[in-house]
Amino acid sequence: MSVVPFTRSRELALRIDRIACEGHGACAELLPELLSLDEWGFPIVHRAAVPPELAAHARRAVAACPVLALRLERGRS
Amino acid sequence: MTAEAAYDEAHDATRALPLADGSRPGPHGTRLLAGWFRTGRAADLTDHLDRYGPLPATAPAPLRQAVDEAGLTGRGGAAFPTGRKLSTVAAGRGPAVVVANGMESEPGSLKDQTLLQLAPHLVLDGIALAARAVGANAAHLCVARTRTEQVRALRGALAERVRLRLDPVPVQLHELPHHYVSSEESALVHWLNGGDARPTATPPRPFERGVGKRPTLVDNVETLAQLTLIARYGPAWYREAGAPDAPGTTLVTLSGAVHHPGVYEAPMGARLGQLLDHAGAAAERLSAVLVGGYFGSWLPAEAALSARFTKQDLAQLGAGPGAGVLVALPERACGLAETADVLGFLARNSAQQCGPCRFGLPAVAEDFAALAAGRLDGPSLTRLEQRVGLLAGRGACRHPDGASRLAATALQTFAADVARHVQFGPCGGASTSPVLAVPQGAVPGPQEWR
Repeated sequence: MSVVPFTRSRELALRIDRIACEGHGACAELLPELLSLDEWGFPIVHRAAVPPELAAHARRAVAACPVLALRLERGRS
Repeated sequence: MTAEAAYDEAHDATRALPLADGSRPGPHGTRLLAGWFRTGRAADLTDHLDRYGPLPATAPAPLRQAVDEAGLTGRGGAAFPTGRKLSTVAAGRGPAVVVANGMESEPGSLKDQTLLQLAPHLVLDGIALAARAVGANAAHLCVARTRTEQVRALRGALAERVRLRLDPVPVQLHELPHHYVSSEESALVHWLNGGDARPTATPPRPFERGVGKRPTLVDNVETLAQLTLIARYGPAWYREAGAPDAPGTTLVTLSGAVHHPGVYEAPMGARLGQLLDHAGAAAERLSAVLVGGYFGSWLPAEAALSARFTKQDLAQLGAGPGAGVLVALPERACGLAETADVLGFLARNSAQQCGPCRFGLPAVAEDFAALAAGRLDGPSLTRLEQRVGLLAGRGACRHPDGASRLAATALQTFAADVARHVQFGPCGGASTSPVLAVPQGAVPGPQEWR
């Protein structure tokens, strides 16, 4: 009997409040696996779903956003 | 019968559809505009009641079901199934709110202004019926502040209805600042909640939490007028016009190189060429058609004219019905110069809130102006294509997505022109007067959104 550690509903997804975002760029610095910046420094999300091994990095990126524009949500892509 | 054959039969002007009240319809089986074709003037409340009678007494659930069975889709641009939206709002917690969107900020569209002028009570009936269908106890009609004559006429129409106590739910008329993105549904909700008429971050969508945090139905005014006819005559009657996969009629604004530009009512599912026939057909050889408005897509003329006017058929070509705008571009015009003008307008008329609209869109508009003027080299063209691709999906609202689609379809549809402009400089078309009447005007200041 195997136990599935992560169900779909517990998946983390990145969400950006595009109005709040001011292009500080901390998110892409801390989470280059999922985010990069356009030529004006505003984030491009390459993959919104956060794999479990990047969850800690994603939380750090969320905490680093000076305007709280980056969020992690569960079960919502 | 195939959808095409069904349309071709229904389109036959000699086989005009009778309205359910037995009256004679206008040309091509018009419904919303039938009164106009009969009398040649705007319908006041007396005309309206003579023609349609008082509101039908249908209960909320059967009303929602009738709209669902009729297959009505939103006429504001997204073409979302109206019946499904009614059910979602009705199922929300607490009393709902109805917002009728009469802003019509799309410069290529005149159909909502025309409808509100010629048949205002079809819209106001629709607001009352929609309020009943979703269990609303508040209703708002939003129009542009700049259209003073329209506001005056609507105030009069509403006063007439109050005198006769026609509306169980009072309808408040609101005059909003008139900017391109102010007609976006979250902008309406934000304004009604006391904020700027600028889009907000979603979710929550208005149907979840809108005006006063209540479930809110935001519908285009034409959608509500169509709902009025469905409530009176039923879904089977509604489906007698249009095609099985795109029922009913729709208002379209036809302009560009056609003989008689203007607003027309036509069956859904018509071929775009048949739609242009309503305006007397193309006045000269066409190179392309702008489908859906400034937020829309350029399609090569040949592919466009044979395409059917349905959400699904147009989606296969990378386009959508939008608010029913078709602009016929003649061969003599420069599609790149026209697109550059529109992109400049979209850049000036964004809400200036998100990165893509503050930086990406103005850069794309500048690149396009340079391209049209023959001042863009190969590497810059590559950069432009990348910038266009990066606009979509990165704003709070769909403004950058619309601009991206317009630019991308222009680069595709006018690909041969793009290569010539990069290699040889501007074409002769750039110096002729533009086909699209793009409004000028500066970026709205921070105080101009309330």
